[in-house]
Amino acid sequence: MGVAMDARKSAVIFAWLLLAPALLYVLTIVAYPLVDTFILSFTDASLKRTTEWVGWANYEKIFNASFAEVIIRTFVWTFFSVAIKMIIGTFGATMLNAAVPGRALFRVLTMPPWIVPMAIGIFMWGWMYNGQFGMISGMLQRAGFTDGPIAFLAQGSTAFWATIITDVWIGVPMVTLYMLAAMQAIPQDLYEAAWTDGAGRFYRFRRITLPLLVPSMITMSMLSLIATFNSFDIIWILTQGGPNGETTTMIIDTYRTAIGSKKYGEGAARAVLICIFLSIFCLCYFRVTSRLASGEKQ
Amino acid sequence: MREPPQLINRYRWYEIIGIYCGIGVFLTFVLAPFVEGFLVSLKPLSQLFSSPYRFIPENGSFRAYVTMWESVPGFGRYIFNSFFISTIVTAVVLCMVVPAAYAFARFEFKGRGTLLGAFLAVNMFSGAVLLIPLFRLMRSLGVLNTYFAMIVPGVAFLIPSAIWLLRTYMMRIPKELDEAAYVDGASHFYTLRRVILPIAMPGITVVAITTFIGSYAQQFIFALTFNAKSEYMPLPVGLFAYFGRQEVVWNELMAASFVGIAPAMIVIFFLQRYLVSGLTAGAVKQ
Repeated sequence: MGVAMDARKSAVIFAWLLLAPALLYVLTIVAYPLVDTFILSFTDASLKRTTEWVGWANYEKIFNASFAEVIIRTFVWTFFSVAIKMIIGTFGATMLNAAVPGRALFRVLTMPPWIVPMAIGIFMWGWMYNGQFGMISGMLQRAGFTDGPIAFLAQGSTAFWATIITDVWIGVPMVTLYMLAAMQAIPQDLYEAAWTDGAGRFYRFRRITLPLLVPSMITMSMLSLIATFNSFDIIWILTQGGPNGETTTMIIDTYRTAIGSKKYGEGAARAVLICIFLSIFCLCYFRVTSRLASGEKQ
Repeated sequence: MREPPQLINRYRWYEIIGIYCGIGVFLTFVLAPFVEGFLVSLKPLSQLFSSPYRFIPENGSFRAYVTMWESVPGFGRYIFNSFFISTIVTAVVLCMVVPAAYAFARFEFKGRGTLLGAFLAVNMFSGAVLLIPLFRLMRSLGVLNTYFAMIVPGVAFLIPSAIWLLRTYMMRIPKELDEAAYVDGASHFYTLRRVILPIAMPGITVVAITTFIGSYAQQFIFALTFNAKSEYMPLPVGLFAYFGRQEVVWNELMAASFVGIAPAMIVIFFLQRYLVSGLTAGAVKQ
């Protein structure tokens, strides 16, 4: 009895020893800065030597400024990006799931946007969006859709969609491969049973594949939502939030305030707001996934 | 994977055409920037900056691949930096993640679920949210504008997924192996080193690859913010500095990009089987 207790105790101690390095590291580099952000958001920290406590002033400033617009823009941007990613990704997965020759190769070919350095993929889009000489404007002119060149990144409305499309392009491989894995996890017997009963391919897709994919779709949308909300590189490289702030999302705005203008306090207040939104998403995610998991057991 | 029975997957000719068309449209979207980027790298500048737009290069050449080494002086250094940073990041991540994943996979202790959840919650923050305190932290440690400034935060944000992935893998190793070693009088540490590590090697390899790619491909913001010295810049930031200039020499930029992504492409080509399983493992059956 005593020996068994000792053994269990030593196992627990050993487990904590194993965890310690990773835990301490993440505490120092993620948890401490998180707390620090929160504290900073109530100060007027900047490049000057002294910082003073300013209470809610930073938050009041945020809501006085055009920040509400930024928040709405961020949500619209994120919503469309996630929705388009899900649609294209699920479409791609359905196509790649078909048992046709060459599908292993096609699967590999979906990966590059995800695997190559993000910035480099974005440079390529930057050229494609070029108004005078870029591919998209050029092709549209050739096909007779527009008379003159369109400088996609120079006008607010087109820049907004251009950054979304690039974000979709980077996110699609992950959604596709995830949905593909989910499709392949559907038991084959279901299809066989339906097939024996004379169900056609489209009917099987609509009545078996789609309903069984719903949990994975929800999970993936939530994960994608969190990642997209945090999206920085794409907008920063393509437009830096311009023109006229029309592609300025919360992350871009925070970066500009904090790193560009060195207003740490005001930047921190914005970061705290982002954290609050992210925590809400995250809570929803855990809620939904645990509900899905318990639903599976029943 | 079990092969499905033949009859159910027999497609009619129009279905096959439909599927290939669908795949074609999908892959066009995914690959178009690469095709266009490659063609741009072959075009002479005069042709790039001419209207109307032409897709196929006329008298294209690989000249940009030669001249770029002079126009982007730090190019070799950037590639080295990218590799160097990613290698160190991967090594540090593995050192911390292998024991942690083992602890999560095998030991019962109070707060295990909460702790795992807390690790995963790190994933929801991009570095961008924590930049201000990280910047101050780096400054007070005096490591701004060094390799450290890019490695230290990079590691933290790659730990959670790596733990998750490796834990999933280790849970599939039969428990009887540990118990047998334990009955034979092996210590916990000996069991980890001599029993678990060798068996978990394929899983560790997958984690190493995904971590390396995560570091090589995705960590732009730390290098952009914490380092201003051109000699330490990794490839994406180095090229971004070049990209930001008024007169962008597009064909050389694209040539440089292609040389820069070649390593990643080679990795995909040889390791794609591990990649797919690694990147999607645990994701579906959580």
